[in-house]
Amino acid sequence: MPAEINFHVTRYNPECDQAPYVKTYRVPVREGMTVLDGLHYIKDNLDSSLAWRYSCRMGVCGSCGMLLNGRATLACNTQILHIATTDLTVGPLPNFDIIRDLVPDLLTMFEKHVAVKPYIVRADEAELDDPAGEFYQSPEELGAYLQFTYCIKCGCCMAACPTLATDARYSGPMPLAAAQRYNADTRDDGRRARNQLTGSSHGAFRCHYAGECSRVCPKGVDPAKAIQYLKRQLVLDYLHLARRKKPCAKMHGPGQGKPLANITPAPAKTV
Amino acid sequence: MAEIKRHDNRLGLWGWLGGGRWGIERYAYILHRLTGLGILLYFLMHVVVTSLRARGIYLWVEGGVFHQPMFKFGEFLVFAAFAYHALNGVRLVLVELGLAVGKPIEPVYPYKTSLGVQRPLLIAMMILAAILLAAGGYNFLSLAK
Ligand code: SF4
Ligand code: SF4
Ligand code: FES
Repeated sequence: MPAEINFHVTRYNPECDQAPYVKTYRVPVREGMTVLDGLHYIKDNLDSSLAWRYSCRMGVCGSCGMLLNGRATLACNTQILHIATTDLTVGPLPNFDIIRDLVPDLLTMFEKHVAVKPYIVRADEAELDDPAGEFYQSPEELGAYLQFTYCIKCGCCMAACPTLATDARYSGPMPLAAAQRYNADTRDDGRRARNQLTGSSHGAFRCHYAGECSRVCPKGVDPAKAIQYLKRQLVLDYLHLARRKKPCAKMHGPGQGKPLANITPAPAKTV
Repeated sequence: MAEIKRHDNRLGLWGWLGGGRWGIERYAYILHRLTGLGILLYFLMHVVVTSLRARGIYLWVEGGVFHQPMFKFGEFLVFAAFAYHALNGVRLVLVELGLAVGKPIEPVYPYKTSLGVQRPLLIAMMILAAILLAAGGYNFLSLAK
């Protein structure tokens, strides 16, 4: 039998509302139904003016971050009956401006993300633009940053961080985790350039390990951990204790490597 | 294009206090900030009070204001704040140097975070803080008699 759940949804229309308010909708819920499904039910049957952001509906695109029962998480991978028996509050991610209803303005996060140079930085720029070979990286070296690559930029960590709540200029967990993702990549040589920002007064040292970012992250990225690695490296760099390492070298051109004996050759090209 | 109106949804101080209902580290974070501010306030008062000496005012002598029970209790609070702040600070130094958070792992569901790795350290520090508080409290009480 379907349960009826009261969805208490934050509404805000910039054209006519002074401030956000909460509107309640009764939604019949089946087992397995996600909060995203519930919002679709409201839009299709109860109130077509409700706005929110989503795309993939499977926890991949990072668009549907919301505050569900006070906790920042993805609407598409949260089942209603897992978190509610009678009532469910649905609000936009805090620490971001509200554009409309459940749609936060994530631009501040993306600007901070771009600022940490979230890409491989190397002196041989020509090679990056027009690659003529491959860079060698061992599985262990990959393991040093792989966890931090799973971030889908949903902003849940930014909404949960108490430091960001009082310091709007703090870079925040997502951009700092992205900085560590590239700093730890052996192909990269941009750490010292990133240190300018990550070591600034609104950078990594603003974090005091409240850990909320890691607790809410829907992808297991553990940004709090990345930030602590970032701090260690900043301290070592500041004290000139870090060994200067060259980024890993180019191995050989495409197709010029020696394949291992136990690897089946690739099938012939079809296009 | 006309500028779209937005609603500022920053949590402010509420983000420290009201949002904390999930993890012990968040409470440790709030308490660390509050005790830090408390110790700073004490330090400022301390400077003012001792500087009054230049005007011949000695508030701390036998029978002076600072021998009132309220100030004794206040002193104990300063000690408690110091004990907590120092011990939690040791944990934070270790954590922030990346020493107590473990290695990067593959995020396989159910996700594990570094919070679990440093939790024993947090618990050990809190037990130490509790022992210090009990010893300090005993000392204050016996001096008060
Ligand atoms: S670190 Fe996690 S919570 Fe933060 S933006 Fe990335 S996926 Fe979302
Ligand atoms: S660990 Fe740092 S970045 Fe993460 S929520 Fe806490 S203060 Fe913010
Ligand atoms: S809709 Fe893509 S992550 Fe939820």
